Amino acid sequence: MSKGSPISPSLMAAKSAGAQKAPEKVDRTAESVAVDAAAAPLSPVLGPNNVVPPTVMTGSQAIVRSLEELGVDDIFGLPGGAILPTYDPLMASSMNHILVRHEQGAGHAAQGYAMVTGRVGVCIATSGPGATNLVTSIMDAHMDSVPMVAITGQVASGVIGTDAFQEADIVGITMPITKHSFLVTDPNDIPHVMAEAFHLASTGRPGPVLVDIAKDAQVGQMTFSWPPKIDLPGYRPVVRGHNKQVREAAKLIAASRKPVLYVGGGVVKAHASAELMELALATGAPVVTTLMARGAFPDSHPQHVGMPGMHGSVSAVTALQQADLLITLGARFDDRVTGVLKTFAPYAKVIHADIDPAEISKNRTADVPIVGSVKEIIPELTEAVKTQFEQSGTPDLGSWWAFLGNLRDTYPLGWTEPEDGLTAPQRVISRIGELTGPEGIYVAGVGQHQMWAAQFVKYERPHAWLNSGGAGTMGYAVPAAMGAKVGAPDRVVWAIDGDGCFQMTNQELATCAINNIPIKVAIINNSSLGMVRQWQTLFYEGRYSNTDLNTGHDTVRIPDFVKLADAYGCAALRCERDEDIDATIQKALEINDRPVVIDFVVSPNSMVWPMVPSGVSNDQIQVARNMTPVWEEED
Amino acid sequence: MTRHTLSVLVEDKPGVLTRVASLFARRAFNINSLAVGPTEIPGMSRMTVVVDADGDLIEQVTKQLNKLVNVIKIVELTSEFSVQRDHILVKVRADAATRLQVTQAADLFRAAVVDVSTDSLVLEATGTPEKLAALLSVLEPFGIREIVQSGTLAVGRGSRSMSDRALRSA
Repeated sequence: MSKGSPISPSLMAAKSAGAQKAPEKVDRTAESVAVDAAAAPLSPVLGPNNVVPPTVMTGSQAIVRSLEELGVDDIFGLPGGAILPTYDPLMASSMNHILVRHEQGAGHAAQGYAMVTGRVGVCIATSGPGATNLVTSIMDAHMDSVPMVAITGQVASGVIGTDAFQEADIVGITMPITKHSFLVTDPNDIPHVMAEAFHLASTGRPGPVLVDIAKDAQVGQMTFSWPPKIDLPGYRPVVRGHNKQVREAAKLIAASRKPVLYVGGGVVKAHASAELMELALATGAPVVTTLMARGAFPDSHPQHVGMPGMHGSVSAVTALQQADLLITLGARFDDRVTGVLKTFAPYAKVIHADIDPAEISKNRTADVPIVGSVKEIIPELTEAVKTQFEQSGTPDLGSWWAFLGNLRDTYPLGWTEPEDGLTAPQRVISRIGELTGPEGIYVAGVGQHQMWAAQFVKYERPHAWLNSGGAGTMGYAVPAAMGAKVGAPDRVVWAIDGDGCFQMTNQELATCAINNIPIKVAIINNSSLGMVRQWQTLFYEGRYSNTDLNTGHDTVRIPDFVKLADAYGCAALRCERDEDIDATIQKALEINDRPVVIDFVVSPNSMVWPMVPSGVSNDQIQVARNMTPVWEEED
Repeated sequence: MTRHTLSVLVEDKPGVLTRVASLFARRAFNINSLAVGPTEIPGMSRMTVVVDADGDLIEQVTKQLNKLVNVIKIVELTSEFSVQRDHILVKVRADAATRLQVTQAADLFRAAVVDVSTDSLVLEATGTPEKLAALLSVLEPFGIREIVQSGTLAVGRGSRSMSDRALRSA
């Protein structure tokens, strides 16, 4: 008898027969996607699964037809030699192709589109530099688990490997940063590869999938039929959580007096906010929402204690540090949340629910691992908790709440007025949120403005906050906001950007202006690479090495953002005084026939607080420079 | 750190070896040996990967391997319940004076002589890494010119088949 032993029961389950996640039907809004997905256990091929009898066509026509059959409406891309054959039938397609100005913009736009709609974002580029320009956005989508399919042209199969003009091994280059990738050299493979790519991108833990298609496969003749057969014997994501594990989790919750619901971006991806609310109400436990989960649980809810992590609120960070139980839902114990890992949440047992078995016990060992979709697990856990509470009584969280409530009241998020008399950037961001409201979509770049946008915009719903969390990609905001606006044309979309980030991808303003995508860009212009400058202030004795950008107050203003925005056909505004903030935002909200760019000139000296300095325990959180909370208030 | 032998059933698709090898590289896992070849099922290959890792790390290795779409199944084969063999070709100095001693040593290890010249022999041997190491230490005094060794091959003992079970669950 063979005693080859499976490595890990939870792991092997992932490769054994399991219910395939129902394909997400195409619809504009994320909410209806969730409803349909729950109702229809259909074919793994996305889209309506129209039956197309065998038809002879070119590979290029097959690419376009496959995208149509998969239910794609919008594509972001830029043509070039090796993808040229595919752009010809694309011209006749009903799909909306948006011509970007740089391929990175196409990738981020596809991400933004996917993040607000819950559908797969699609971007197209040519071979070589076109494909490598997508690399940053593919990596970004990989780190933040965004469903995206990137289609690239490749040189003809006969010359692959000869260093042909614009040849790059993009499958090899992106191997570590894609969920999967395909190189297509036979046009007959196109329909099933496209269907597989969309299936992989959108199910399980979502992620980017690359389809690299050789030019001769685009030009060659093939026989198209639909739906194709998906053949992925090694891919069987587990969706349903293990019953026994769910009951174990409920027991831990019933025994806990200091529980915290540690909610990550997986809850947003799974469209499980309503389910989370039920669980929160059933347990009465405090909720923290990570940077990727802002809005998964309403900020205004009394059980919300804030965002955890390096720039989290004192109440959220301390809740995790002092907890006796972490109920971890679709989060991954990222180092920006945990600080020094071995000092993180030292008293807590850990329940960890995630669709990716590799995340469980990767950084922090889970006492109760549950592999599956939080969409399925959370309702089961809620029921199990209710049953458990009926048997063993509802735990008294009174002293836990008294402790956390006191911290929340004593150390609310706030800011001090800059001493240089310039506007506080936090005020600008706070007013944008208040004047736009919770139905707005807020897309940030990376740095100080990103943290302030996470802190001072109040999020009441999921799919309202987009940012580059894992990758930290400067330049994400403008193109991602563009994609978000295409996906949700009826919502107000703000790119809250920094003056550094904005200069990396602002050429997509041309795309927005020409294609009538009226996003609003708020440049939080502190004339510097602000987050780096903050670290230089705090950790490098104020030696500002290469962080001054000369775009703000009292500088040469190169570039002048108002002139630049004007040149791109956008409405261009500048705001330099506190008293003009509201009027400027109002004016921007009234302009909907073109993109708006506001140059908010703010102080370069404002810093992001609270802060857990890098390399120390979360217990060392500072509410302002060299100021730690007064812990005596405990008990 | 302990030694683990993983049997990995994979789809025979272009790039699958690269995917596995690059995963080990980027997650900073060390491969001790790797052997790849076809199986009884068309379209399926089997890799035997020997890694040095402690318990938590080996679990992370297998979880990450399982995330690769082309990986069908992974089984850890323990030495107790599996047969594990390396294959070796050794070129040893052997002239008229020493040839008999070398072939006698080879006999003790059931190594076969597969090439003979006036001043050397090529021996072929199969066995556990320990047995092959012992063979090499016996041959060492004669003068070893070249060693070529395969990665470890491993199969579970008994009648059950890893690929059978993998495909049934598929």
